[in-house]
Amino acid sequence: MLTLYGKEFSSRLLLGTAQYPSPESLKQAVVTSGAEIVTISLRRESARSRTGQGFWALIEELGCRVLPNTAGCRTAKEAIATAHMARELFGTGWVKLEVIANDDTLQPDLFGLVEAAAALSAEGFEVLPYTTEDLSAAERLVAAGCTVLMPWAAPIGSARGLVNKDALKTLRAYFPDITLVIDAGLGTPSHAAEAMEMGYDAVLLNTAVAKAGDPAKMAAAFARAVEAGRLAFEAGPIEPRDMASPSTPVAGTPFFKIDHAS
Amino acid sequence: MKIVLNGESFATDAKTLDELCARLGFAEAKIATALNGNFVAATSRNATPLTDADEIEIVAPRQGG
Repeated sequence: MLTLYGKEFSSRLLLGTAQYPSPESLKQAVVTSGAEIVTISLRRESARSRTGQGFWALIEELGCRVLPNTAGCRTAKEAIATAHMARELFGTGWVKLEVIANDDTLQPDLFGLVEAAAALSAEGFEVLPYTTEDLSAAERLVAAGCTVLMPWAAPIGSARGLVNKDALKTLRAYFPDITLVIDAGLGTPSHAAEAMEMGYDAVLLNTAVAKAGDPAKMAAAFARAVEAGRLAFEAGPIEPRDMASPSTPVAGTPFFKIDHAS
Repeated sequence: MKIVLNGESFATDAKTLDELCARLGFAEAKIATALNGNFVAATSRNATPLTDADEIEIVAPRQGG
């Protein structure tokens, strides 16, 4: 089971709700993904279109737990105010904390992130920070009270997969008791499987499903990859080696002569 | 009085944030609010007076990743 701040979930796939071709497509993708947690945001509401009211009705239909984000916030102050608005609106202390440093890479501002995480944790929020693979930032976030970390695999929406595998492995090894969720940058189910094989606890993705030719089918594919990767991790993968090692028994090989051995 | 509502100039004579929300048709809506960058709880809106040049944010749930 996946444990996030004391709550248990059978699915290790968290799904974003943006960029789908239609509301119906979003619904189908959530169903086929088996996700129990979906991410949502807060945006300015127009008195005329009241877009958010209809969207909320759709989310309620899904019956998933919501994880509100602070996407687009550029400072700790903006993220903190957004987290407060989300807590009131959704009745949850969970927040996917994003403090964005750069428009091109959408990389986290780690300094602002740590500042906001500390302030929000002190106020009782349960913070799921969108961070990088940086170990020192991770240590600061854990010291600030985070028991879940969400490092990126690659820039949001880039579909590049696990760009810095060595650092992600180090992070996993260094924080055996922290729940680690790969958040952002995955493109294909094999990327998700690879993260899970490394021992990551879950993956959070959006674009790879929403922008796929068939979002519902891709969501199902990711669900299976996540499950396969987790099973593989639990089963204990063998270590890679440089040279071949025969799988068929050597003893009793017909026509075997010692001269042929090399 | 001129305020800035969701990033745009807006003329209103609403005395409080609560009154502004009601006039916009948000009385029963699923919204959250901030005044000059700080969160204002729903229960505090009627005790939050508006003054000229205040910057108001009114937000609602939306798609997110």
